[in-house]
Amino acid sequence: GRCYLYMKAIERAPFPRRLWERVLLSKNYEKALEEIDENLIYWPRFIRHKCKQRFTKITQYLIRIRKLTLKRQRKLVPLRRKIERREKRREEKALIAAQLDNAIEKELLERLKQDTYGDIYNFPIHAFDKALQQQDAESESESDEEKEEEDDEDVDKREFVEADDSDLSDFEDMDKLETSSEEEQEEEEEVEKKASHSKSKGKTPLKGPARRKRPYIEIEYEEETEPASKSKAA
Amino acid sequence: ASAAEHGGQPAPERVLFPPTFSVSEIKNKQRRHFMFLRWKQQQRKEKLAAKKQRRKEREALGDKAPPKAIPKTIENQRVYDETTVDPNDEEVAFDEATDEFAPYFNRQTVPKILITTSDRPRGRTVRFCEQLSTVIPNSHVYYRRGLALKRIIPQCIARDFTDLIVINEDRKIPNGLVLSHLPEGPTAHFRMSSVRLRKEIKRKGKEPTEHVPEVILNNFTTRLGHSIGRMFASLFPHDPQFIGRQVATFHNQRDYIFFRFHRYIFKSEKKVGIQELGPRFTLKLRSLQKGTFDSKFGEYEWIHKRREMDTSRRKFHL
Repeated sequence: GRCYLYMKAIERAPFPRRLWERVLLSKNYEKALEEIDENLIYWPRFIRHKCKQRFTKITQYLIRIRKLTLKRQRKLVPLRRKIERREKRREEKALIAAQLDNAIEKELLERLKQDTYGDIYNFPIHAFDKALQQQDAESESESDEEKEEEDDEDVDKREFVEADDSDLSDFEDMDKLETSSEEEQEEEEEVEKKASHSKSKGKTPLKGPARRKRPYIEIEYEEETEPASKSKAA
Repeated sequence: ASAAEHGGQPAPERVLFPPTFSVSEIKNKQRRHFMFLRWKQQQRKEKLAAKKQRRKEREALGDKAPPKAIPKTIENQRVYDETTVDPNDEEVAFDEATDEFAPYFNRQTVPKILITTSDRPRGRTVRFCEQLSTVIPNSHVYYRRGLALKRIIPQCIARDFTDLIVINEDRKIPNGLVLSHLPEGPTAHFRMSSVRLRKEIKRKGKEPTEHVPEVILNNFTTRLGHSIGRMFASLFPHDPQFIGRQVATFHNQRDYIFFRFHRYIFKSEKKVGIQELGPRFTLKLRSLQKGTFDSKFGEYEWIHKRREMDTSRRKFHL
């Protein structure tokens, strides 16, 4: 960016082509200022001053341009409206088609089936489930015994592994079988209390009320009778 | 007029019927519209009648009825991609054993992620970065203060980072993501859309804990999709902690990758409940480069070329 000084003389007014006289200024800032002074020697002081001010501004922004081009520059990419609209619409449709929640749930259940979680979740295995449902009416007592065995295990497990949900599954199975053993209900209630205390794993409050609805209604009567004894035992 | 006729019917038929005009030939807009609605209603009635008929037939036949027709979806009609990965493909397995992610999958390296943004990030982007760093374990957020990526990368490699994520911002929202696997790994450039921060998601859960989440990768079928899937998998440590019950999902559907972060709970053997926590966003792959981030001299393995690749609605690349 080289700077030129342009001068206009009224004598040349009828000749527009020759109206402006051009002088190349030197690259050196101070020398250029002197050259301006030389050329505009008989011009009024105010105009000379303003001219030098303008020249200063110009050199400063030229310096700035040179510095900026050395830094990283933002590349502006124009958006095409039609394409943007199309992409947005396709994304919405893909989201609907994806059915994310179902897909995730399926995948998690698959992993549970394939035993990737190992022993953390203590669910009754498929065969046991089927056998249970088949022999429902006949051997209710048998299933009760098995349940109680499981309960013992559950008591131990519950103390160490906070994310254990076997109590819930037991409860649901119990619902199916329509047994109403007091022990199990109280254990549920105890776990409920523990759940409310242990906040570290974030037993989600969303599940909380949903979980509490069922046991709460049923345990109402038992609560007063035997909580003290259970806490002693635990 | 029955108005069930269009122009362009074969000539002998027209001779038989009383002369009617097709709906599109009426000049008066109101009347044309009225006739069109009438025609539409009739079509609907006919369709309903046909459906009832078919249902009656199916019930009448009972067991001998022909199987129900499967509705056509875009996924069904997808153009067969020749680079679809067969689960038993040996060549692919061999490739994967020797590519840049092999050390991760052999558990030789532990992922360490650096998350940064473009210049001068706005509040939304900053918060998104923070939330992202809580989702991905062992990740650090650093502010970019006008530093060139080409100079950051050698420094990162020196400090043992395995991955670099750059979130590009435009008009105060994040809209691009560059994911670069550091020691000479591939670089993927995505366009990011519909970013929802944690407070915008309708849920009542708590923050993600420090446990290592599980990873679910869905629907990455082609060779390209496979490599992108491995890239995502290498962001997370290899051994998830099941106690945390957290899962990060990358679900690919029609070339859009949806990211979600959930906490799950098994209510029973057949039922699982999930609750969304953590940010969500969708990505669309724009380009995949072989080396680390280099816009001028990089060797591109795949670029999305709109004119060539967007021609068919049933063709997807991931």
